[in-house]
Amino acid sequence: MKISFIRRDRASRWAMILAPILAFVGAIATSIILFTALGKDPALALYSLVLEPFLSWYNFSEILLKMAPLLLIAQGLAIGFRANVFNIGAEGQLVMGAIAASALPVWYPLGDSALMLPAMLLMGALGGMAWAAIAALFRTRFNANEILVTLMLTLIAVQILNYLLLGPWKDPKGFNFPQSVRFPDAALLPTLLPGTRVNISLLFAFVVSALCYVFMRHRFSGYQLLVGGLAPRAASYAGFSQSRAVWISLCIGGLCAGLAGAAEVSGPLGQLQRSVTLGYGYSAIIVAYLGGLNPLGIVLSAFVMSAIYIGGDNAMVSADLPIAAVWVFQGLLLTFYLAGLTFIRHRLIFLPSTRKAAP
Amino acid sequence: MTSAKTPLLALTGVSKRYGGVTANAGIDLIVDPGSIHAILGENGAGKSTLMKLIYGVQSPDEGQILWKGQPVRLGSPADARRLGIGMVFQHFSLFETLSVVQNISLIVPGSQKTLGARIRALGDEFGLTVDPDAMVHALSVGERQRVEIIRCLLLNPDLLILDEPTSVLPPQSVKKLFETLRALQAKGMAILFISHKLEEIKDLCDTATILRAGRVTGRVTPAEHSAKDLATLMIGRAMPPPMPAVARSGGELRLQISGLSHDNDDPFGLPLKDLSLTLRSGEILGIAGISGNGQQDLAALISGEIVQARSARDTLRLMGQPMADQGAAARRALGFAFVPEERLGRGAVPDMSLSDNALLTAHGAGLVTGGFISRAAERAFTADIIDRFDVRTPGPQAEAGALSGGNLQKFILGREITLAPKVLLVSQPTWGVDIGAATDIRRRLIEMRNDGAAILVISEELEELFQICDRLHVLHKGRLSPSLITAQVTAEEVGAYMIGAGPTKGAAA
Repeated sequence: MKISFIRRDRASRWAMILAPILAFVGAIATSIILFTALGKDPALALYSLVLEPFLSWYNFSEILLKMAPLLLIAQGLAIGFRANVFNIGAEGQLVMGAIAASALPVWYPLGDSALMLPAMLLMGALGGMAWAAIAALFRTRFNANEILVTLMLTLIAVQILNYLLLGPWKDPKGFNFPQSVRFPDAALLPTLLPGTRVNISLLFAFVVSALCYVFMRHRFSGYQLLVGGLAPRAASYAGFSQSRAVWISLCIGGLCAGLAGAAEVSGPLGQLQRSVTLGYGYSAIIVAYLGGLNPLGIVLSAFVMSAIYIGGDNAMVSADLPIAAVWVFQGLLLTFYLAGLTFIRHRLIFLPSTRKAAP
Repeated sequence: MTSAKTPLLALTGVSKRYGGVTANAGIDLIVDPGSIHAILGENGAGKSTLMKLIYGVQSPDEGQILWKGQPVRLGSPADARRLGIGMVFQHFSLFETLSVVQNISLIVPGSQKTLGARIRALGDEFGLTVDPDAMVHALSVGERQRVEIIRCLLLNPDLLILDEPTSVLPPQSVKKLFETLRALQAKGMAILFISHKLEEIKDLCDTATILRAGRVTGRVTPAEHSAKDLATLMIGRAMPPPMPAVARSGGELRLQISGLSHDNDDPFGLPLKDLSLTLRSGEILGIAGISGNGQQDLAALISGEIVQARSARDTLRLMGQPMADQGAAARRALGFAFVPEERLGRGAVPDMSLSDNALLTAHGAGLVTGGFISRAAERAFTADIIDRFDVRTPGPQAEAGALSGGNLQKFILGREITLAPKVLLVSQPTWGVDIGAATDIRRRLIEMRNDGAAILVISEELEELFQICDRLHVLHKGRLSPSLITAQVTAEEVGAYMIGAGPTKGAAA
């Protein structure tokens, strides 16, 4: 018996629906084994990982809070990924966005201008974009691989953050903690859902999602990026500029990540802290692929991913799971999903062995 | 069991479907030992599928394959080789960085030393001379084909399948190949010869099985029929007559290449040296030559996929403007269009619909307004191409990758022609396209020329170039021959240029 994959004539709708579901079931089944091996109660662990986030309004609102940056960054990254431009350093762009946005309240800690917040968001977006643009420049001028450059720029961004928080931007009244002054009210994002920490950055994320959808589905420049990703030689044949694709992809990705960074410091954090780098920039890569790089799919996957985050936090507290186990669960989910994706485009066939018949 | 009456290979009622498309329906085929058997058919008639079934690349859905009277199931080419079936594909599978004997030892067991001796012996016996220690990248296309054939012969097959073997050869080498095949036949080997060149089949083959739309439409002795009869059996109607080429006086200068040189980055690539040509409106200029002599780079240099340095910008002028340092988009903006030889992945994006593939180069034809793609305009444009160029497909939403090579070629050619270009570059216009469609494509090119377009055709098929071109250049080892007026040269003279044996410069017009 020989098993092989045959490409389908067209993507199977059934597989498209089933792949995420099966990935989820597969990840859970594997985690049960894993948690049992760790000596934890799998039922309790899964309850806190999967169900608890939805059982209280507070937990649910925390999901929405985490969803905003994930959604924002993932939408921006997905555009680049579809154009085969792999921006792996959204984390660094987020940090630079957060730093650029923080400059205003750090310099004007008593500022109360209504323009403060919009200016911060703009600076954050531009800061993230500028950081990503370095990688675009290196790629188009020196043909330096953007995966490596964006990744290494992230390390630099984190060190800049450390320098600022331990040096010039450290809050003089902050008991020597590495954090900036607390931002004035004029520098804080308005709350979206009263009684929760959910702020209007969630709306930004939805607006960006809609814009990304329009860009990729209806704009000619989005189409050019798609062609560059699907068939680079066809793009070159048609005269679509590869360096333009690199610039657009990295700039959009950096812009979204920078905006997310600005929204973090002016939202739940309320100041510039080291904890602005929680790994959203990396998780967003998973979110983007989990959503099939499709703007609508990403909305769903951002929600699922942040639910898993909140579940992970819960599980660490109530089921005493180590954080590594939470990461393994997230990794399992992605692995199963990517395996499932194969079946959308391919089907398995079983070939009978040939030796029997051929003498 | 191998009496004289048992056929070597017999297929009964073999069918193969891909999704909803029936590629082969109830095919019966009988190949006798020691015969040269032609498989004739239009592109998309199911020839390739049938060969894949015989060579074990795929399994039939229905029907039976009998080998020497025994039913067999072929699960892989290895199974087929074990039984004694060898195949030479149209596109060779040789590693350029290895020597001939190293390439062969990848498949054929034995030490390189004994293999080398066997290669020489076979070469002497069947006129397949090739140096076993030569590196493959240094070999001509004809020599590479010999290596492929030798590789099959070393496994002592009873049946040798050749897929369009003459399409890559100059006229002189075709004769040599036929002598080899006849010598093999004399040794008792059967040969399945796939071709669309009717004269060759009449010349070489004992029997022919003709396929049309996945079914057998005839079994004939080719020598007893005229090429016209064979063509009628093959395409189901009489051949459309070729349009006579009307000689025209020179129009305005549209494309001028002067002193164009290019070094290929590929270590085995061929540099183009000091090329010059002119192309005027109302003429078709052909570039003849065996593939691998620099055609791909020449096409990319003209299309703008390879951009020259600014200092060399005058080496290529389009509509009088220096364009050698400009990209493909700028050249298209001046009225240039291009049909590349690779359809999937270059001329079209396989994973996109035909509609979206129309957008690839026709975005300037009202399909994009204010940066937004107009889906309705896109669909109408595509439906129009499908209709006018007889592209066989379910509709504009079909993925380009699902079309057969010939149909996709019709689509791409249709798209580029619909743009009404001032200069059209077509590379291998009828590769893998059936005769009916090929004739139609040639007729359209001539029509465009008569309407004042300037057309440059790069083709390996000399017959085709003679049919449609007003003038010819031959590309050999990165150099262009002088311009030859088609009406005044013979195929043999052009063939001499193709193998680098042309008269010295100045001897020709």
